[in-house]
Amino acid sequence: MSAVAEAAKTARRPVSRSRVLRRSPVGRFLIKLPFWLLIAAIFVYALFPFYWAIRSAFTPDSEQFSTPIKYWPAHPTWANFREVLSTSTFQHALINSTIVAGSVTLFSLLIGSLAAYALGRFRFHGRSAVLYLMLSMTIFPQIAILGALYTMINNFHLYDKLGALIFSYLIFTLPFTVWVLTSFMRGLPGDLEEAAYVDGATPLQVFYKVLLPLIAPGLVTTGLLAFIAAWNEYLYALSFIQSPDKYTVPLAITTFVGKSGSTFQVPWGQIMAATVIVTLPLIAAVLVLQRRILAGLTAGAVKG
Amino acid sequence: MKHRALLIVAGLIGAVTLVASLSVAAAGTTRPEAHAAPVKSAAIAPPAVPNAAALKAKYKGQSIQFIGDAAVGSSHKRDLKLVAKFQHDTGIKVNLLPHPSGSDAAYAQLARAFGSKSSKPDVMMLDVVWPGAFAPYLLNLKPKLGKVSKQFAQGIVQNDTVGGKLVAMPWFGDFGILYYRKDLLKKYGISAPPKTWNDLFTQAKKIQDGEQKTNKNFYGFVFQGNSYEGLTCDALEWVASAGGGNFIDNGKVTINNSKAKTILDAMRNQIGKITPRGVTSYDEEGARNVFAAGNAAFMRNWPYAYAANLTTPVKGKYGVTVLPHGAAGHSVGTVGGWQLGVSKYSKHKDAAIEFVRYMTSPKVQRFNAIFNSNVPTIPSVAKDKQVVKTNPYLTPAIANVARVTRPAKYLKTHYNEGSKDIYQGISQILNGTPAGSVLPGVASKLNALVK
Amino acid sequence: MSTVATPAAPPRRRRRGSKLQRRQTRIGWVLLIPALAVVALVAIYPLGKTIYYSFTNQEFLQGIEPTKWVGLENYRTLWHDTIFRTAVWETVKFTLITVSFEFVLGMIIALVVNSSFKGRGAMRAVMLVPWAIPTVVAAQMWKWMYDDVYGVINDAGVRLHIFSHSHAWISEPSTALGSVCAVDIWKTTPFVALLLLAGLQVIPQDLYEAANVDGASKIQQFWRITLPLLRPAILVALIFRTLDALRVFDVFYVFFGNRPDTQTMAIYAQSTIVGDGHVGYGSAVSVAIFLIIGLFVAIYVTVMRVSGGDD
Repeated sequence: MSAVAEAAKTARRPVSRSRVLRRSPVGRFLIKLPFWLLIAAIFVYALFPFYWAIRSAFTPDSEQFSTPIKYWPAHPTWANFREVLSTSTFQHALINSTIVAGSVTLFSLLIGSLAAYALGRFRFHGRSAVLYLMLSMTIFPQIAILGALYTMINNFHLYDKLGALIFSYLIFTLPFTVWVLTSFMRGLPGDLEEAAYVDGATPLQVFYKVLLPLIAPGLVTTGLLAFIAAWNEYLYALSFIQSPDKYTVPLAITTFVGKSGSTFQVPWGQIMAATVIVTLPLIAAVLVLQRRILAGLTAGAVKG
Repeated sequence: MKHRALLIVAGLIGAVTLVASLSVAAAGTTRPEAHAAPVKSAAIAPPAVPNAAALKAKYKGQSIQFIGDAAVGSSHKRDLKLVAKFQHDTGIKVNLLPHPSGSDAAYAQLARAFGSKSSKPDVMMLDVVWPGAFAPYLLNLKPKLGKVSKQFAQGIVQNDTVGGKLVAMPWFGDFGILYYRKDLLKKYGISAPPKTWNDLFTQAKKIQDGEQKTNKNFYGFVFQGNSYEGLTCDALEWVASAGGGNFIDNGKVTINNSKAKTILDAMRNQIGKITPRGVTSYDEEGARNVFAAGNAAFMRNWPYAYAANLTTPVKGKYGVTVLPHGAAGHSVGTVGGWQLGVSKYSKHKDAAIEFVRYMTSPKVQRFNAIFNSNVPTIPSVAKDKQVVKTNPYLTPAIANVARVTRPAKYLKTHYNEGSKDIYQGISQILNGTPAGSVLPGVASKLNALVK
Repeated sequence: MSTVATPAAPPRRRRRGSKLQRRQTRIGWVLLIPALAVVALVAIYPLGKTIYYSFTNQEFLQGIEPTKWVGLENYRTLWHDTIFRTAVWETVKFTLITVSFEFVLGMIIALVVNSSFKGRGAMRAVMLVPWAIPTVVAAQMWKWMYDDVYGVINDAGVRLHIFSHSHAWISEPSTALGSVCAVDIWKTTPFVALLLLAGLQVIPQDLYEAANVDGASKIQQFWRITLPLLRPAILVALIFRTLDALRVFDVFYVFFGNRPDTQTMAIYAQSTIVGDGHVGYGSAVSVAIFLIIGLFVAIYVTVMRVSGGDD
């Protein structure tokens, strides 16, 4: 139906009173108001703590906890940032965390998408069992399997190496990668594959050329979640890494010591500065890239 | 579209590497360490190793692993300097590894090393409550260091002696002290800091009532009230100073007695009155944040807070003294701090012992006290003029306060469990349950552990 | 063109004997080899060891007592363990509260970002910021924000006349759970939002256009089109969020330490294994946690009745 014909059709329909209300400017405002308030509340809830972190990063130690509370630092300073960036531990930590999180993400996506292809596009007995097996991998509390993992890592000579972390983080990134990508794979229509097979493609080519592009939102989402989960992990990093030059970011942040020389002192300004330093590029990068992805997706998603 | 995923990952890696390289560039030249640091580190160098030549002849070339203090900051710098000096003088190579931050993780690290009978680490830092638990894995230092240990604070030495074996040498000590606002005491006409707990409650109330007229966030007293190990330390001070014993005395569980009940109930009644209601979730820094911002008249904390508060609004306004005591007792301070031990699985036991000898020697303790504000465990070092100058809380009155130790000796490997029973019970009391209904339960749990 | 409207099941191949079926099975398993290898390598040993330990009296500090098999004794003790029961109840309460809020908020955020709403660009930042901050730092930060002397929440609340005075949110038993729920909801709503957003993005726009033509309201479209098509994503989000909520540790530990009335299952497991050193008993606790989580998963799958079960 052409757009004009459609418009004409709508114009002739009787209009209800609620429609009138919804269309008038006042009505629209009234309806949207609670919605806008809700959105505003969500914004404050989500972003205020981050604002507070930024504010604390610029606050000198002497004013961190003073009352009455200053919502804008009275004497903003770069000192915390300088302190943080000049410790070699933190510099190394940024690189270490990137290596670990990047590797874990790549492995998870690779292995996970292959598994999702099998579980989502092929029919055979045992599919559910595999899915639940993957799930059960991640159900134990971290502390419970820590001891046995430690023994394994020692036996593989991975103790105090980044490989130990890449190895153990797969425990929690792989299961949800597989689950999410499987549900995406299942949601795809079958005719594209059929067409490709008819054209003589092998299963792997179908995977690579046809299906993977279609589940791009799934890949992006799970990649992002896996990256951040691996980036922020603390307990295994604390237990398997010993040398300061191999510390990851969460470890490095918690080892900051204040000027009293005592490990009791928590240099809060520095910790906040470090947090801001690691979070801002992450957010900026994703914001920039997400725009591109969303645009590409709606264009190239499910082709009709 | 898979390329988009790669693009994201590449973008993130790029962003992070950019920041990392910027920071490396920013770090450029070495910055002078202490802009506002109260401790003057530049003037002092680590002392030479006594009879280095003999040591060199015997042990040169051997290499030991030392699990030392935190990974960054002046504690790390201190360790690096000492290790470098020792290596230079004796030819014994020392591989310094910082312990994980977080007491649980440090304990677990050692437990695993001992459990697997690993020959590394050779020397390690031990929290004051660990010798009891790790005694079966530690070398007896009495033959070689027994004589030297006589110059140390005997209370700590006894704590480190398990079953007749000296399993660790005290390295630096810590003990609880009372911080108070000199200026506020003057303002309200109080001539001296409180001697008894009731004095403290009265003084705190007076100051709080006066200050709250202009500052609604002001409270009289803050301490470590969260349900964690720190509460065991604070509670031990209350109970012991009131004549209620040390929770476990001479192997017998004594926590359930009337004096303990009285002082704990007294504390319970003050929660929310002269202390903030939130004090039951404060740790060391939680309490210090309140005091340092000028919102408390009294604070119980470790000596580290003295140096830490010098960059806060209360600089120059606070003094320190011994903690108050109950009517029937005397002032005490719970012992904290760290010891050095040698693993009995070490392959270079003698070299390791010599390293411990050096690190705990009076000259090095003096260095530690001046460079890093570490409390010495040798009373004569605590009297040194330079040491007292950098650590003003080491006045004779405070430095000589009676030390009490937590019952790690009696609970041995069950110390963590026992301490948890204690602090969970105390936490219940502070949050409103009368001590009379909590202490019997705690006592029976402890009895099961001490056996 | 019509297959766009309904997401189809995997392509049905006509069963020409069992040859094609066998080929499918073979390829399927081959593709699963990397994933199964990881499971075998990384997970089987630790999980197996944990289950094994739960039948022994293993201690953390070895060499103190010889380790021996004790059969079901740990489980018998666990059955009568009132502390564990309290911990389970606390954790379940926490899970129910946080997962519900996270689901609703996550759905709202995902819908906003997916629509042509003007503020969606900024919403994307909202989706990511709390998730990106390391939990150990976030927990401490919130703890100090809640403080009754210098906390910003009390300060702002009193200034805006939302509260009459400062509250000790963390210390007071009545507000303790709520305070920690607020932090977890803040931190992990992005996880749910991201997953739901990904699910929304593959729903074809034509469906909505067709519905508009038919005169369906936005709400009807949501119930009839969005929710059903989003079911797989919802299931995954719910399962993984519940899983994580039932294992919550960091934020409770930072806020409460080992406070008896606010222990979660994971904190209890940790204090038993590392603190008390009872690895055997702690492993039994972990197996119990595993079973409890498994129960929740089974409930979800049954209720959602999504193809996770068909085979």
